[in-house]
Amino acid sequence: MAIIEINNLVKRFPVGKGFFTALNDVNLSFGEGEFAGLVGPSGSGKTTLLNIIGSLDTPSEGTAFVMEKSIAELTHKQSAKLRNKHIGFIFQTYNLLPVYTVYENVEFALLLQNMNGTERKKAVMQALEWVGLTDKIKSKPNMLSGGECQRVAIARSMVKKPQIVLADEPTANLDSTNSHHILQTMEKLNKELNTTFIFATHDEKVMKYMKRIVSLKDGQVHKDELLNHSENSNQL
Amino acid sequence: MLALKLAFKNLLGAGLRTWLNVSILSFAFVLIIFYNGLLDGWNRQGIKDTKEWEIGEGQFWHPDYDEMDPFTIQVAHASLSGKVQDFVKDGKLTPILISEATAYPQGRMRSVVLKGIDPKQTILKIPSEDLETTDKGTFAIIGKRMAEATKLKEGDNMLVRWRDKNGTYDAREIQIAAVFKCNVPPVDNGQIYISLDVLQEMTSLPNEATLLVTSDDYEGGELEDWVFKDLDFLLNDFYDLIAAKKGGASIMQIVLLVLALLAIFDTQVLSIFRRQKEIGTYIAMGMTRMQVVGIFTVEGGAHSILAAIVGAAYGIPLFIYLDKVGITFGTPDMGITISETIYPYYSVQLIIMSLLLVVISATIVSYLPARKISKMKPTDALKGKLQ
Repeated sequence: MAIIEINNLVKRFPVGKGFFTALNDVNLSFGEGEFAGLVGPSGSGKTTLLNIIGSLDTPSEGTAFVMEKSIAELTHKQSAKLRNKHIGFIFQTYNLLPVYTVYENVEFALLLQNMNGTERKKAVMQALEWVGLTDKIKSKPNMLSGGECQRVAIARSMVKKPQIVLADEPTANLDSTNSHHILQTMEKLNKELNTTFIFATHDEKVMKYMKRIVSLKDGQVHKDELLNHSENSNQL
Repeated sequence: MLALKLAFKNLLGAGLRTWLNVSILSFAFVLIIFYNGLLDGWNRQGIKDTKEWEIGEGQFWHPDYDEMDPFTIQVAHASLSGKVQDFVKDGKLTPILISEATAYPQGRMRSVVLKGIDPKQTILKIPSEDLETTDKGTFAIIGKRMAEATKLKEGDNMLVRWRDKNGTYDAREIQIAAVFKCNVPPVDNGQIYISLDVLQEMTSLPNEATLLVTSDDYEGGELEDWVFKDLDFLLNDFYDLIAAKKGGASIMQIVLLVLALLAIFDTQVLSIFRRQKEIGTYIAMGMTRMQVVGIFTVEGGAHSILAAIVGAAYGIPLFIYLDKVGITFGTPDMGITISETIYPYYSVQLIIMSLLLVVISATIVSYLPARKISKMKPTDALKGKLQ
């Protein structure tokens, strides 16, 4: 069952007196529990597509349905609610809140859901256990390594158990060891919680973990491959 | 609640920048309370002194009497009825007879007002008992300002010329029985107090008075043809003076407050510019733009809460100290009712109003730059793009 359905999606940005077409006639769908990557060179439209799926941006033409809701028709409040309940984000630069501790950064996602204190504490500790950071709960982001920061970001995105996690270049600032660690963590969570992960990346290391790779080129879907890691791909 | 929690975390996390703003704002806050407290203290003391020395709890005036029109003095007097005399005996009223005169202190000429006051009265603080003497002659008491202006001192004599009820001039040598110190210039400047009986005899107005001063336990209501002038009327000039002083002081307070608020405004603009990624993250995590605007507004407004706490830390001991020792202005002679030492008065209302002023204005200046967030594109904010 598709939880993300994109049809004839076009996204244009005003540039000077004209427009730049970042996405052109994109048709895609993602089901529950997918572990998919949007790959392509810079400017191919990966982040733009991720932003539209995450309801941070709206299509210029076409439709994008996420959790059966049309992104173009959502009000600011409705799109905020959609993100709050169903979508987690992981950013290249972690985007942790600098004045909060690890615990508070993870807890923040649940504060927005008005979860009660006991449940919240339990959920935060569980999320930190997933990423192996229970010993760092009182540390602030500036006391952590890049890998640890990204693990906090994963815990923050996963703590509310969203249906979809959107990760924009999550390993771009990490070394090889940390990248693998992060990806293994996300792969594990994908399996355990059946969360749909969509990555925007051009990192070869990330691609090796993907079960599906959508290649974008000049704003269009160039290839959409299902991989079972036994070299059996379904090329569209 | 979440916004408040986040705001304080962010504020405290910002470190020195926050404390710099808080210090300036707390200084403005303390100064506003101090200056208004000083004026309120002056106001209260001024009212108290004026009541104690000049107007009592209100006055009954002869219908023709107008203190602003000296021509009325000659005709504004009436006999004291039995009823009035009963109140006088009970200490609930004290009559004052007013007559214009010319004094010749040390050979110079000066217009003065002769006021006849009952030496036994206890309603006003004027030391009228000094007029009670068995010595022969006419005795008078004057205030310190009058004494300085006329270069007279206790025991000195001065020629006084006046007109009686028929307009006939008469003159007499009077002796200064005492010089009193008073904070209320109208009681002092150009005033000579002599015994009521003596002035009635001098003006051929036996048993007559121009006005009656009431005590705080006077409950007689309307009194024959006498016109009652309440405290609001009698203190009107003083209220106007304090209002004018407050108006002048408010300019300084506004300048100081504006400086402090500019610092907050500037911090907010810088904060929003520098924290665009954070704003984008809040939105990505599911906050609405208005919720983020709320966080930043509360954060700016929270400066004022911290300022109140910091201000209280050094302001309360300072205010307690000033409340004990007062602020001494020496012996000012500015023609206005002011005591040598003013004890500032900090009312709950003053503190609450000052707090509200600072909190509301800090919140407004925080909201103005924060509005920009509502127009931010979350995707640009996440990139930290200049918008």
